[in-house]
Amino acid sequence: MTSLDIDALLSNTDTEIIICTGAGGVGKTTTAAALGVRAAELGRNVCVLTIDPARRLAQAMGLTELDNTPRPVSGVSPGSLNAMMLDMKRTFDEVVEAHADPERSKQILENPFYQALSSSFAGTQEYMAMEKLGQLHQDDSPWDLIIVDTPPSRSALDFLDAPARLGSFLDGRFIRILTAPARGAGSAIGRIAALGFGIFTNVLSKILGAQVLSDIGTFVAAIDTTFGGFRERADATYELLKKPGTAFIVVAAPERDALREASFFVERLQSESMPLAGLVLNRVQEVEAGSATEEQITAAAQRLRASGEFELTASLLELHAQRMALKERQKHLAARFELAHPTVPIIAVPAMAEDIHDLDGLRQIGAELADKNNDW
Amino acid sequence: MHSNQDSPSEVVLHVVSGKGGTGKTTVAAALAISLATNGHRVLLMEVEGRQGIAQLFDVAPLAYEETKVAVAPGGGEVWALAVDSEDALLDYLEMFYKMRRAGSALGKMGAIEFATTIAPGLRDVLLTGKAIEVVKRKEKNAANAYDFVVLDAPPTGRITRFLNVNSEVSGLAKVGPIKSHADSVMSVIASPLTTVHLVTLLEEMPVQETLDGIADLEANGLPVGSIFVNLMRPPKLDANQRKAVAEHSLSTSDIERGLEAVGLNSPELIASLEREALDHTQRVDLEARELQRLEDAQRTIVRLPLIPAGIDLGALYELAEIITNSEVTK
Repeated sequence: MTSLDIDALLSNTDTEIIICTGAGGVGKTTTAAALGVRAAELGRNVCVLTIDPARRLAQAMGLTELDNTPRPVSGVSPGSLNAMMLDMKRTFDEVVEAHADPERSKQILENPFYQALSSSFAGTQEYMAMEKLGQLHQDDSPWDLIIVDTPPSRSALDFLDAPARLGSFLDGRFIRILTAPARGAGSAIGRIAALGFGIFTNVLSKILGAQVLSDIGTFVAAIDTTFGGFRERADATYELLKKPGTAFIVVAAPERDALREASFFVERLQSESMPLAGLVLNRVQEVEAGSATEEQITAAAQRLRASGEFELTASLLELHAQRMALKERQKHLAARFELAHPTVPIIAVPAMAEDIHDLDGLRQIGAELADKNNDW
Repeated sequence: MHSNQDSPSEVVLHVVSGKGGTGKTTVAAALAISLATNGHRVLLMEVEGRQGIAQLFDVAPLAYEETKVAVAPGGGEVWALAVDSEDALLDYLEMFYKMRRAGSALGKMGAIEFATTIAPGLRDVLLTGKAIEVVKRKEKNAANAYDFVVLDAPPTGRITRFLNVNSEVSGLAKVGPIKSHADSVMSVIASPLTTVHLVTLLEEMPVQETLDGIADLEANGLPVGSIFVNLMRPPKLDANQRKAVAEHSLSTSDIERGLEAVGLNSPELIASLEREALDHTQRVDLEARELQRLEDAQRTIVRLPLIPAGIDLGALYELAEIITNSEVTK
């Protein structure tokens, strides 16, 4: 298989953004942190942006907690490492405060619809992750590499879709219709929409109630006059993702569902010409290759069991056979992925006996990620 | 057959959550088969549009229509439904306002998508609302349409918010139709009719998330059920052997003689076996520590084994039998 060369990617100063993505529970956050440590030790000035509130991981980086501001991680050189965790409401508030005068931002921040939108809209987290990425990726920012751990979405694809969805939602025609009275009832769009408007507001007020509709109207009017189109902002972040300085790393576990999701994501990235660096196959079973096959090992264990002697050896052989079988199954799944995506470079990272607790653990993962001679 | 009277517990709605990668959908499916055992009718619902149920039961992707996917031992039936918030909204409009036609006209205009995104929480209320509708649904003879409903719910990190529809909606609508709908949904979810099970693995992060999830659910007055520990592997080495491994006092010559007896003796294999023994011992110790943390939470724990050949329909029945023999469905 084509091996993913992590050190080449991390050392290349043209690489400015790395986005780790994949299904939930495959070790995305740990991978992002390990890449951060590795890159900083290769001399890059790195900021890791995580979405997942994994306290243990923050502790592994020597931070008691992560907040919405990059915090320096000590003990990493010659480059530097900072880490932060996205607070989506805080980030949204900052966007509002940065774009509106104090009076108007107060008006927006206190609007019930804004409060609900900024803390629980299905796409807000993804959108704000993009917003934060844009902020961190300024020309004058102290980082030359930003590593993003994508939100634990319902589907990994949400990350690509949500910014545009929130953008088109806020810029969309229905919100225009809804706020038409606030914009002057005689507008062209108001007249065109008049036909559908009655039935539409009727349904919406049935579902939501009139108060909600009025909150939305006020919110959109306030936000619209303060800072331009949300859709434009979403488009800009989307373009940032397509730039050659960005690299997507899809993380998967060697399991059917995780690899199926990885396949979907790889196909989506390819179809949108997004810069895909490769696949990290996380937590694979390693077995020292010996001359004996799994069948021979299993048969030998059975013979020992039958003899009633050497129980310890029998157990150890069974354990060995179990691992060989697991590795075989994982390799079979990986081979199927490769067959479907022959051009995608892959790197396998062995399963660790224990969870990651400290920088050394992250270093160890980083070394495995960079070990392109791993012949798993 | 369509009654809960033979079941001492009142629970009708079993919500199954868990961290991503723990096998939440598999456990939900096995639980559905187990609940259907001995002549019950069970509906297994998914709400995240992943078509995980169809894949598990090896059937065509589920439409928004209750479909029979399996039979259970003793004549029960498992039906399945993939709920989509748009369809659930049309149902809601029809049920309360007889407005399905107007609703679907708006759907063509993209307005439904708009409405379900406009109100954070509306989507969740519609999805949980559909589950409650099924729970309450009666046949013509006044028996329950389903004896049990199993909901394959969003992951642990989002479960409290997903179920706590009242507080989601009340931020937005203090009064009005959606608020009263949320109230009626909540009156079932926060009642003895409902229980929330969490699926975990014996690893640090999933266990921590499970414990946090339990605390979160309890703090919000939501009923916590059992903990399903999935993918458990029995230790290959007994306690004495693991102790010897940990103390590096395993007898190499003993292993050597064993390998000699089967013609496999080689220093490389011995080195591999010893390394694996250490790895295994560390893993077993870690699992024991994590299991203890779960036991401290004082919940029923259901232990589900790793099925070495992977999950297929047969494996689901195997897991279902284990659940049937546990305390969960008793």
